[in-house]
Amino acid sequence: MEILVCVRRVPDTSENEIQLNSAGNDIERDDLVYSVNEPDNYAVEEALQIAAKAGGNVTVVTVGGDDDEEVLRREMAMGANQGVLLSDKVFDGSDGKGIATILKAFVQKNKYDLILTGIQAEDGGAQVGGMLAALLDYPFASLVNSIEILDGKKLKVGREIEGGNREMNEIDLPCVLSIQTGINEPRYVGMRGIRQVASVEIPTCGASDLGVAAGTVGEAGAKVKRTDYFVPAFGKGAEILQGSQEEIIDKLIELMKAKGGMN
Amino acid sequence: MARIFAYIVHKGGIADDSAAELVAAARKIDSAATPTAVITGWGADLDAVCETLRASYSEVWKIANEAPAYPNAELIRQALVKVVPSGGIVLVPHAHFGIDLSPGLSIKLNSAYVSDVLGIDGIDGDWLKVVRQEFGGQVSAHVRCDVSSGAVINIRPGAFKPQDGTPANGVVVDKSAEVGTLAAGRRYLETVVAEAGDVDITKHAVLVSVGRGIQEKDNIAIAEELADVLGAAVSCSRPVVDAKWLPKSRQVGSSGQTVKPKVYMACGISGSFQHLAGLKGNPFIVAINKNPKAPIFQVAEVGIVTDMLEFLPELTNKIREAKGAAV
Repeated sequence: MEILVCVRRVPDTSENEIQLNSAGNDIERDDLVYSVNEPDNYAVEEALQIAAKAGGNVTVVTVGGDDDEEVLRREMAMGANQGVLLSDKVFDGSDGKGIATILKAFVQKNKYDLILTGIQAEDGGAQVGGMLAALLDYPFASLVNSIEILDGKKLKVGREIEGGNREMNEIDLPCVLSIQTGINEPRYVGMRGIRQVASVEIPTCGASDLGVAAGTVGEAGAKVKRTDYFVPAFGKGAEILQGSQEEIIDKLIELMKAKGGMN
Repeated sequence: MARIFAYIVHKGGIADDSAAELVAAARKIDSAATPTAVITGWGADLDAVCETLRASYSEVWKIANEAPAYPNAELIRQALVKVVPSGGIVLVPHAHFGIDLSPGLSIKLNSAYVSDVLGIDGIDGDWLKVVRQEFGGQVSAHVRCDVSSGAVINIRPGAFKPQDGTPANGVVVDKSAEVGTLAAGRRYLETVVAEAGDVDITKHAVLVSVGRGIQEKDNIAIAEELADVLGAAVSCSRPVVDAKWLPKSRQVGSSGQTVKPKVYMACGISGSFQHLAGLKGNPFIVAINKNPKAPIFQVAEVGIVTDMLEFLPELTNKIREAKGAAV
């Protein structure tokens, strides 16, 4: 089975406090630690496990610039057979549909039985997978938390729905699935693994290679644009307890008693 | 002004809370809006929901079709593409069904898509101005969306408060014939109900709930010890379940359990809306988190900015001492 996994490099929220910049129009991007979007790691792990069972190759692809190569290499260190960078000036400022349009062009140049994405990016809208499927006229399922290969033409997939319940579906190949976190345990990638793929050539495709018309992607094609970032004024927020740890604990115990938290 | 549609999610003959919230969202786009409800389904359940919708919607478009008796987004997308006129703005609740439906629907309607909208600042020419959250709610973003060729807007459940209004006394319009036969490459099989866990967190008055800040599996014991002295249970947020440190039955949130404790201690939990969606009954929330920007501090009563791994054992000791003294 030929599997494509679409990944993204995002600011890592477990490593960073996301704050506004001094101009108040963007987040503070200096010193941000970037990593692979977390759900994308689960998607790559799932692809590797499927390829191990059914045979075939795993390709990872991202839309971005030179900085984004590092996430492709990381996923190759996990075991992906190859990485491809889709990069072009005209791609800058693409909205979700723009990214899906670029990916569609790439998929049509190649042949994949299964396309996976992470369910959502930290700064994204859980949208590219569903859009890509619709552009390709492939079936789609989101929030996928289990995959079973039925035969060469079908999968049985579970979707995470409310209350911890799982919705089981049969889906025809080729299809697009967006993968929920927790579907598997992504393998650990050590420095040694990263070093082994450090010098592997990563092919780059631009708009003309893919046959993407400039007006359909990038800033020019975007119908959805972020104006700025801000921090909203929420109600009063929490009363932050101050003082020494001992004072804080005493105060907290008083409050807990008053609210029925200690029996 | 573009015509606004609200997709109605329903189950067992009862409309989801979002049905009323989408009316409120439509009025934020256009204060004079009379949105049209669009609903798919089958049989008596469908008719029962249509009847209740007449109170809040002036027009209810009913699509009766046996194929999506279970709401399969792949089938329902085809139905909506057949009935929604070009340029229409379609509002959909942003939950597991809307996440499944809307991105592809926007492609097939050739319209714009914005997901998980929690605020609407009105329309400026062709541009609808909305508010989203990014980075787990640490920052918000103003987003503009060109609605000149229509839009699909996913609305965050609970973000728009339903307004009291005069009953719409609406009409139900049967659109079933326009839809015809539906078939898709994805077929619903069954729903597997979650297994009951060792501890029923929905029955506890006090929950010590842990998130990513617990850092490793061995640290769960720190929360267990505090829970023991409090007579509480340990619950958690999604990353702890993803890491397999606690079973799914301990997860609070829209994809986990809905709990109604008196006191909720959120320890190392950032406070995403999916997590908070599982917290009902207005509990007293204590937030303990290293990151002062964590969204949990916006909803908590009391906050402590500190490392839970140091703080919780101290708290446990103090409570143990206090209890010992009281005996």
